[in-house]
Amino acid sequence: MGGTNGKKLNLKLKVWRQKNSKDAGHFEEYDAKDISTDCSFLEMLDIVNNKLIVEGKDPIAFDHDCREGICGSCGMTINGNPHGADRGTTACQLHMRRFNDGETIVIEPFRAKAFPVLKDLTVDRSAFDKIIQSGGFVSVNTGSAPDANAQLVPKEKADLAFHAATCIGCGACVAACANSSAMLFTSAKISHLGLLPQGEPERDRRVLKMMETMEEAGFGNCSNTGACSLACPKDIKFENIANLNAEFLRASIRSRD
Amino acid sequence: MSIKLDSKIPSGPLEEKWSKHKFDMKLVNPANKRKHTLIVVGTGLAGASASATLAELGYKVKTFCIHESPRRAHSIAAQGGINAAKNYQNDGDSVYRLFYDTIKGGDFRAREGNVYRLAEISPNIIDQCVAQGVPFAREYGGALANRSFGGSQVSRTFYARGQTGQQLLIGAYQAMMRQVGLGTVELHYRREMLDLVVVDGQARGIIVRNLTTGELESHSADAVILATGGYGNVFYFSTNAKMSNVTASWRAHKQGAAFGNPCFTQIHPTCIPYSGDHQSKLTLMSESLRNDGRCWVPKQKGDKRPPEQIPDEDRDYYLERVYPSFGNLAPRDVSSRQAKYRVDEGRGVGPSGVAVYLDFRDAINRVGKAGIEQRYDNLFDMYAKITGDDPYKVPMRIYPAVHYTMGGLWVDYNLMSTIPGLHVLGEANFSDHGANRLGASALMQGLADGYFVIPYTIGHYLAGTSIPKVDANHDAFKAAKAAAQARIDALFAVKGGKTVDDIHRQLGNIMWEKVGMARNKAGLQTAVGEIQKLREEFWQNVRVSGEANNLNPELEKAGRLADFLELGELMATDALERNESCGGHFREEFQTPDNEAQRDDENYCHVSAWEYTGDSSLKGKKSWQLHKESLTFERIKLATRSYK
Repeated sequence: MGGTNGKKLNLKLKVWRQKNSKDAGHFEEYDAKDISTDCSFLEMLDIVNNKLIVEGKDPIAFDHDCREGICGSCGMTINGNPHGADRGTTACQLHMRRFNDGETIVIEPFRAKAFPVLKDLTVDRSAFDKIIQSGGFVSVNTGSAPDANAQLVPKEKADLAFHAATCIGCGACVAACANSSAMLFTSAKISHLGLLPQGEPERDRRVLKMMETMEEAGFGNCSNTGACSLACPKDIKFENIANLNAEFLRASIRSRD
Repeated sequence: MSIKLDSKIPSGPLEEKWSKHKFDMKLVNPANKRKHTLIVVGTGLAGASASATLAELGYKVKTFCIHESPRRAHSIAAQGGINAAKNYQNDGDSVYRLFYDTIKGGDFRAREGNVYRLAEISPNIIDQCVAQGVPFAREYGGALANRSFGGSQVSRTFYARGQTGQQLLIGAYQAMMRQVGLGTVELHYRREMLDLVVVDGQARGIIVRNLTTGELESHSADAVILATGGYGNVFYFSTNAKMSNVTASWRAHKQGAAFGNPCFTQIHPTCIPYSGDHQSKLTLMSESLRNDGRCWVPKQKGDKRPPEQIPDEDRDYYLERVYPSFGNLAPRDVSSRQAKYRVDEGRGVGPSGVAVYLDFRDAINRVGKAGIEQRYDNLFDMYAKITGDDPYKVPMRIYPAVHYTMGGLWVDYNLMSTIPGLHVLGEANFSDHGANRLGASALMQGLADGYFVIPYTIGHYLAGTSIPKVDANHDAFKAAKAAAQARIDALFAVKGGKTVDDIHRQLGNIMWEKVGMARNKAGLQTAVGEIQKLREEFWQNVRVSGEANNLNPELEKAGRLADFLELGELMATDALERNESCGGHFREEFQTPDNEAQRDDENYCHVSAWEYTGDSSLKGKKSWQLHKESLTFERIKLATRSYK
């Protein structure tokens, strides 16, 4: 219903179909008919899929879960833009009223060497988990924590740390980057933990380990175009990367024997 | 086989129960811990915190995650906050007060012992999370900030803007990933549990499907811990994430784990309403909006004027009218039911007629647009994105939606189910919230269970139980795997004409209309029959496309729906049996003259724990036997909640 108009759209979709990680993959065309402008982008795909199922065909596979823009599951590139052209919006929060009747929409998986396609639009982003497990934490066992107010944290720092911590790990930054770099993702974690006193003891070790893992996982380097930050559905700031570089340099110098 | 319920609440004064129990429990010495393998299913707050903590203690942990990454678990979507009895605000909070508020909020249908322990542990959770680097909101002085939440008169809720669940989950996820890096947690991605394997009466393993390859795998362990969340998606439309399901719990239930209070469902009053057949889920709008928004519908049925053209004298501010003292801040269950009554009267708004207005006009006039922006900016943005309306200009349209399930697998004080060795944490178990959960208490319970309860009680089980050597080659695993395969084959074999979603929507409609916000005997009886019929239709007419040995979301959904189609019947059966109204369970026959819930403490002051006694064939009619665990209140006096 929406305040808009409840209009219907007829669209052409060009969708990447790939049976599994070994298949070469190709584009296939579909008609999406009578799509309400109040549909989310994923609900539009649901309608197309329902038709495919009834026709006995394999529906388009894509990751999704919360459909509220917070779980980070829905990663797909829409007309060349990760999550579509709207700023600060995940694919599940993108709505069809942003499209025009008769339009052709090209839908692809997030493309990056470190994110192999599993099927159609579904990719494997476990490389992000590997980066986190190499150092994206504070080593504190359950039960050994002091009183929560024992260490005061200036509100400004806490707010900055919070903002960096709102990264949803969707991988749009990697998909948007010409080098498939994971610098924005990694830098968000470095800022989140590095800005807080709780993260201080492992500050050097963390950045060295995470950068090493990032490279091993097949992500490229940063060439400062800022495409990552523009594509980020949570507006993670580009300046985090500058901070990451500074932290990396600092840690590299300090850790030399 | 018949179940005997023993809650194992420790004796002694309320305040000393947990300390005493911690001392009385047996310990596993550090060298022996590494000889024990534990399975954890689920990686939300409860599962991730348990995995991390058990691995820190030295156990070998195998953790299973249905998502592509543990960080996607649905805990991530929790908005409001987490309660803890820190009393940082010096406003009279205490462990006892949090305990009391929680028992009362649950309409006196939870155990005193469990709830007191939860309140007692709550301050440790905040300490632990802060130490992990969870960026809670802070004051300028650097101390932690708090806010108020429903059902309490003190300020004890810790929060990270509207993303508290996300931040807590990332904390637990990082703690767990640290253990993955250390090799103490073996993490299995994209695995869905299809069955629990019970050997000689003990839970000894699970069968999972690798969702990428379709392969069925057997995994054995000395104990199994389920942290697989709630079952609100039985209603199809809910605020739950799309993958949230009951399958792991349900399979365990059919292996002998009793299901506690299945009909206790929380329906949240402020969600973005259903807008058409295309819609796939409902989105929550934080309860905090009711601080400034006023709920109304037109006085006249069928008044189609745009809201801004309806003058005040033609509006019914129904919450203010019916509950003059609480007004728009009436509790969740009451507000939800009132919205339903207005819609049932034919006075709903919007194109579908199934919504009410939440209007900020007066608040904007009072504090200005900037004032409202400061408080609710991200919520207003989300609303605008989804509906295309600008809530600064026109009232929001909202309607209640299923949000949380208080019911779940029955557990004792040690969080162990009626199957020895099977432990259940978080929303998946039934404990602590009674018939209604207070806001900001779900996160508290999930983390209490994972960080601070199971690490103690699992040791007690392992040290006090003879656990013979069993591996995944045991016949019980082979049989369970064959049964899981047969089930998948049966789903493909139907080759019918209806999609899984079509049938799921039908089930949701039955549940919502007859097992939803207001229930009555006739409706519930009809629901039982309709669900049985729909279940038959499912097995005769569902269409599952794709292949078994590949990534196949349709097959996954079909398996989950098959279980929802059985659970739905049990929920209706439970609601039918409980001849009283309490918390979120509102039976229309049992209400006071002024439409409040009327409890029957004489006959229903108990937990209903249902044992599965049906045959194990795929399509046969199901049946259950009811067991009752009576609730004894040693400290608190039972009283009627009043909102007027």
